[in-house]
Amino acid sequence: MLAFILKRIALVIPTFIGVTLLTFALIRLVPGDPIELLAGERGIDPERHAALRAELGLDKPIVSQYGIYISDVLSGDLGRSIVTKTPVLDEFLSLFPATVELALCAILFAIAIGIPLGIFAAVKRGSVFDYTTMGVALTGYSMPIFWWALLLILLFSVQLGWTPVSGRLSVMYYVESVTGFMLIDTLLSGEKGAFQSAVSHLILPAIALGTIPLAVIARMTRSSMLEVLGEDYIRTARAKGLAPFRVIALHALRNALIPVVTVIGLAVGVLFAGAILTETIFAWPGVGKWLVESVRRRDYPVLQGGVLLVATVVMAVNLFVDILYGLINPRIRHQR
Amino acid sequence: MTPPTETATEVVPTTEVVDTTPTEAPPHPIVEFWRYFSTNRGPVIGLVIIVILVLVALFADVLALHPPNEQYREAFLAPPFWAEGGSTRFLLGTDDLGRDILSRIIFGARVSLSIGFLVVTLALTVGVALGLIAGFFRGVIETGIMRTMDVMLALPSLLLAIVIVAILGPSLLNAAMAVVIVQLPHFVRLTRAAVITEMSRDYVTASRVSGASAFRLMLITVLPNCLAPVIVQATLGFSTAVLDLAALGFLGMGAQPPTPEWGTMLANALQFVQRAWWVVTFPGLAILITVLAFNLLGDGLRDALDPKLKR
Repeated sequence: MLAFILKRIALVIPTFIGVTLLTFALIRLVPGDPIELLAGERGIDPERHAALRAELGLDKPIVSQYGIYISDVLSGDLGRSIVTKTPVLDEFLSLFPATVELALCAILFAIAIGIPLGIFAAVKRGSVFDYTTMGVALTGYSMPIFWWALLLILLFSVQLGWTPVSGRLSVMYYVESVTGFMLIDTLLSGEKGAFQSAVSHLILPAIALGTIPLAVIARMTRSSMLEVLGEDYIRTARAKGLAPFRVIALHALRNALIPVVTVIGLAVGVLFAGAILTETIFAWPGVGKWLVESVRRRDYPVLQGGVLLVATVVMAVNLFVDILYGLINPRIRHQR
Repeated sequence: MTPPTETATEVVPTTEVVDTTPTEAPPHPIVEFWRYFSTNRGPVIGLVIIVILVLVALFADVLALHPPNEQYREAFLAPPFWAEGGSTRFLLGTDDLGRDILSRIIFGARVSLSIGFLVVTLALTVGVALGLIAGFFRGVIETGIMRTMDVMLALPSLLLAIVIVAILGPSLLNAAMAVVIVQLPHFVRLTRAAVITEMSRDYVTASRVSGASAFRLMLITVLPNCLAPVIVQATLGFSTAVLDLAALGFLGMGAQPPTPEWGTMLANALQFVQRAWWVVTFPGLAILITVLAFNLLGDGLRDALDPKLKR
């Protein structure tokens, strides 16, 4: 098992190096002089220009520039934002919990609805329920989520007035950040109504973000379940006279869920791509909105550092899922 | 569940009966394909919608009642014809600049379909070529190509597209390039996997032994047998291309105003959710219908082209 884990980690290292090369190149590929880009529209005098060039190491050969970049990255120095002058890593860390909270709620929503739908559709294969569910799932899968988010706002916020349009918490409340997760922090604060406010802010973005994973999970659960239901051991279980519920819930589901678990694990990348759009629409103060704004403000150090951090998180989660999959399924572990 | 069979007790006929009726000629591959494809309603519906969309895009000039960028100053935010205050002059209403939404959606079909087609064609050509090379030559070249693809897959698709647009600058063509690059790894991986499977088959060895050149082996012997998954991926890739282009347009990083692009039309729609729902609703519906049609088609193609599912 240890050999398997080490092998997986070794496979990730070249990818990580590749990503650092990409982010390193990013700021140098942008047309124009990087220092003038950093200086912004106000321009810069030649003296300061030369000083900055030396400070950023841009006067050194490209290979040693990369060496400096890597050693900075590994020591946690990702540069500073041009706009706010705060270190990129600090900004990321302060915004990251908001994105994680949103993504976790979205995936929980997707699992809680997607798996039961997939099971029922498989069990009632060919029924009206099956066709409707799969039709809806395909529609959800095809949904442009920025539009879906707008529709949700249109219906629930504007027409029905049930939920607020943007942000994480009503301005009426001030909650100290303990964990960074608003749902937990509002509960800890003990302020009346704060938790409800946090929930009402979270619910629409979570639904918008969770829709595509929900559709994928429902389709995956159905097809995996159908495959398992055709297996001999299911026939045996039925022939033994077990209750149909027991056959489905215990014998079939446990095996059918293995591919579903992988899909859920690999959804991190999808969730993040979705978070970029969802956070922008709902003004959710997370990493996705931060990165979009960095492009708009031409805040390249933020984009550079943010991309590296997001890629690292995605790779780490995928690695974790890979290892977990090896634990559940020994066949993977012993593959050459 | 099958009932217990009684074959064991059956008497095996001693004289062998030779079937002399001539067997039917196997159906033409296209006929056979259509038979599998048309058994399901979904893919056929998808195909019909796509044909309609293509026709709309081709004849946009004839179909649209107004030029897409014409601003009618007397009709800002006019509602659609069935709503109160709407008129049949602007069937789906107008936007904040007094432009006819239906006409913009019709011209938007031209933008989305042509750019989507460009994206898929480029991604497919380059991706298949790289996949062929990786699967055929193996070794260092393969490692180089596949590790590069791993790096591209490590970034969430939309983020990679945004990074590329940040480098190239926001425009429709740059967004298209970004989406090509985002789609590339999928084609490379699929083709490489298919090539490696095919390379170990006897017919390839036979061809090699009879002296086929590497070029011939690659393009004429192996490639056609690897195309089924690539075709499916191309169809599904079309839908993600339309989605990603719209998303980039929505973020202001794709088509720039006043281009009638569906995502760009929604870019400032948030401010109209309170007073003009039609500005928000219709462009997105167009995206959804297009993406759904291509996904339906892709699902159908996968079932029809996958020999494992054939009965």
